[in-house]
Parts: sequence; C-alpha cells; structure tokens
Amino acid sequence: MFVLGAGGHGFNGGDIAFQLVMFLLLMFLLRKYAFGPLMGVMKQREEHIANEIEQAEKHHQEAKKLAEEQRELMKKSRQEAQALIEEARKLGEEQKEQIIQAARQEAERLKEAAKKEIAQEKEQAMVALRQQVASLSVLIASKVIEKELSEQDQAKLISEYIQEVGESR
Amino acid sequence: MHHEAPLYTLFGLTFNLANVLMITVTSVIVFVIAVLATRNLAMKPTGMQNFLEWVMDFVKGIIKSNMDWKTGGRFHMLGMTLIMYIFVANMLGLPFSVVIDNKLWWKSPTADPVVTLTLATMVVALSHYYGIKLNGFKEYAKGFVSPMPILFPLKIIEEFANTLTLGLRLYGNIFAGEILLALLAGSLATGVGGTIAAIIPTIAWQGFSIFVGAIQAFIFTMLTMVYMAHKVSHDH
Repeated sequence: MFVLGAGGHGFNGGDIAFQLVMFLLLMFLLRKYAFGPLMGVMKQREEHIANEIEQAEKHHQEAKKLAEEQRELMKKSRQEAQALIEEARKLGEEQKEQIIQAARQEAERLKEAAKKEIAQEKEQAMVALRQQVASLSVLIASKVIEKELSEQDQAKLISEYIQEVGESR
Repeated sequence: MHHEAPLYTLFGLTFNLANVLMITVTSVIVFVIAVLATRNLAMKPTGMQNFLEWVMDFVKGIIKSNMDWKTGGRFHMLGMTLIMYIFVANMLGLPFSVVIDNKLWWKSPTADPVVTLTLATMVVALSHYYGIKLNGFKEYAKGFVSPMPILFPLKIIEEFANTLTLGLRLYGNIFAGEILLALLAGSLATGVGGTIAAIIPTIAWQGFSIFVGAIQAFIFTMLTMVYMAHKVSHDH
C-alpha cells in the first residue's frame, strides 16, 4: 500500500483536497491571527529603532554644536578676563605713579614751608637779640658812665649836647 | 510493517482518515504555537515571541538569498507556513505511531507521498501563477525557450521533475525515518535482550530524525523559494 500511498483503492483525491484546503486555511489563519500582527510589531520596532537612531544622531549633532559654542564662549571669556586684568594692571601702575608724584610734591611743599618758617624765626630771633644787645649795652654803658663820668665830664657832655642842639636848630 | 490505511470514500473521493487526522493535528499545533507566541506582542520581545521572530527572520533570510525582498516579501507568509507546518509534521511521527486494528492512525503526515506531493504541486503551481502575474504571460512563456528553443522539452520535463523531487525528497526522508523507527520499536518489544540492544539505536535515530526533519523543512522552504525566484525574477 505504500507504493506512493495510492493504496490501490481508487483515487486518493480526498487527501489531496483536504491537504490543500487545510494548508491554505492554515496560511490564512496564521496570517490573520499570528504572523500578521507579529509582522506589524516587527515593522513597528524597525521604525521605532530607525527613529531612535535618527533622534540620537540629531542629539549628537546638537550636543556637538553646543560644545563647540561653549568652547567658543570659554575662549572669548578668557580673552576678556585677560584684557580686564591687563587694564587693571595698567590703571594700578598709573595710580601708583600719581600717588608717588603727589607725595613728592607734598614733601617739597612741606620742606619749603619749614625752611621759610625757620628763616622767619631766625629773623625774629635776630631782632630780639639786637634789641636785647642794645638795651644791654645801654645798661652797661650807663653803668660804666655812672661809675666813671665825673661831675665835670657830665657838665661838659651836657653842654656839648646843648650846643649841638642849638647848632642843628 | 505493512499496515493498512483507514480509507473512507465520500463523493467519489477516497480519504485516508489517518492523513486527515494528522493534517488536522499538525495544522492545529502550528496554529496554537503561532497564536500562543504572538498573544502578548511587545516591542521588547520575550520568550516565544523571540523564537517566532527568529523564524520570521530565518525565512526572510531564505527568501532574500534567492530574490530581492520587494518581490519576495509576498512569499513570506507562504514560507513561514511551509517551514512550520513541515517541521511540526515531521516531528509528529517521531515519538510513537498508533496502530489500531492493523490500521496506521498516528504518523507523520509527511510520511505519505500524497501529502508531500500535494504541497510540492501547490508550490510549483504557485510559482507558475506568480511567474505570469508578475512578469506577464509573454515573459513567462519566454522562460521556456530561453536560452535556446531546443531546450523547451527539457524545460517541460524540469517542471515535473522539480515537483516530483520536491515532494518525494521530503516523503522519502521522513518515511524512511519512520520505517526504521518502527523496526527498532519492533525489536524493542521482542524481549529483554532486544530491548537492551535496540534502546541506544532508537534514541540515536530519533535524535537524527529530529535533525533530518528540521533540515527537510528548511530544504523544502528553500527549494520553494528557489523555484519561485526562477519564475519570478526578471533576468532569466
């Protein structure tokens, strides 16, 4: 009976028809209930992954750009800071110069004033000294005169003075 | 060995009820496996879904190795159904066979040439159908006389040879496997000595049959796509 399964009892058409119908039915059912949805999910996943990759690429690009920008900014701010420091240093130098100048002038001025004062004091002292000397010499003179001038001499002196006075008149 | 088939005649068609039963069982098993695997579809596949997706990709690979996916995509379902159906069918006869009243009821449906030749004829017929549908009748007819008109008889023979080899290869492999399993099982039942002698070859042959069953399912699907590509592709 296994000679090609025909069995010798007529045409085995029932098996053929049944196998065909079952296979086609199975294919249809599988497509509808199993593989169709599965394929959908697989396609969906494919799209999802493609999307994600695209997104990731985009993000990457963006991040790169941002980093570049950040670097640029950093460089700029560093330069700015450098410039600021330079300027401050220059300003400080200038101020230092000014302060020194002012101090020097002040010192000069003070010296001048002190010198002047010293001179004045000296003058005053001289005047006072001179007066003192004069009065002292007069005193000494009068003392000496008192002691040595005799009556005669005095008279003579007085008469001289009187004469002088008279002449000048 | 020579069991009879439970035949039944209806409307002038003879049904082998064992075939009817096993075809139904195979179809139901395939359908249940596929539906269970795709019951909870998720973007992140787990367990059975992974397995079925692997099968999908595997069949996709078979098709892609024969034609471009734009043309071959329509055969994805056919390939999936074929590979799963034939694999399950090949496996069914392995664990046991059931004989009632000297009539063989439980076996691999693919151990019957009627079943395998039906599948083979269906595949070849489909390849002709798609050949005409996709390339037009003129291109299709030209395929029979190219590269030389003298090859026309050979081309005609080739179509029948393809059908026969496709069906009989599967049938031969599975039927031979079952015959040997039945012989081994027969000697298992002869006594203690027979059991001890036959147990290791039985296990080995069952393992080998699983391998053969898988390979045959793959080959059938592969050749289906080869014949399809042969008819469908433009550069022939």
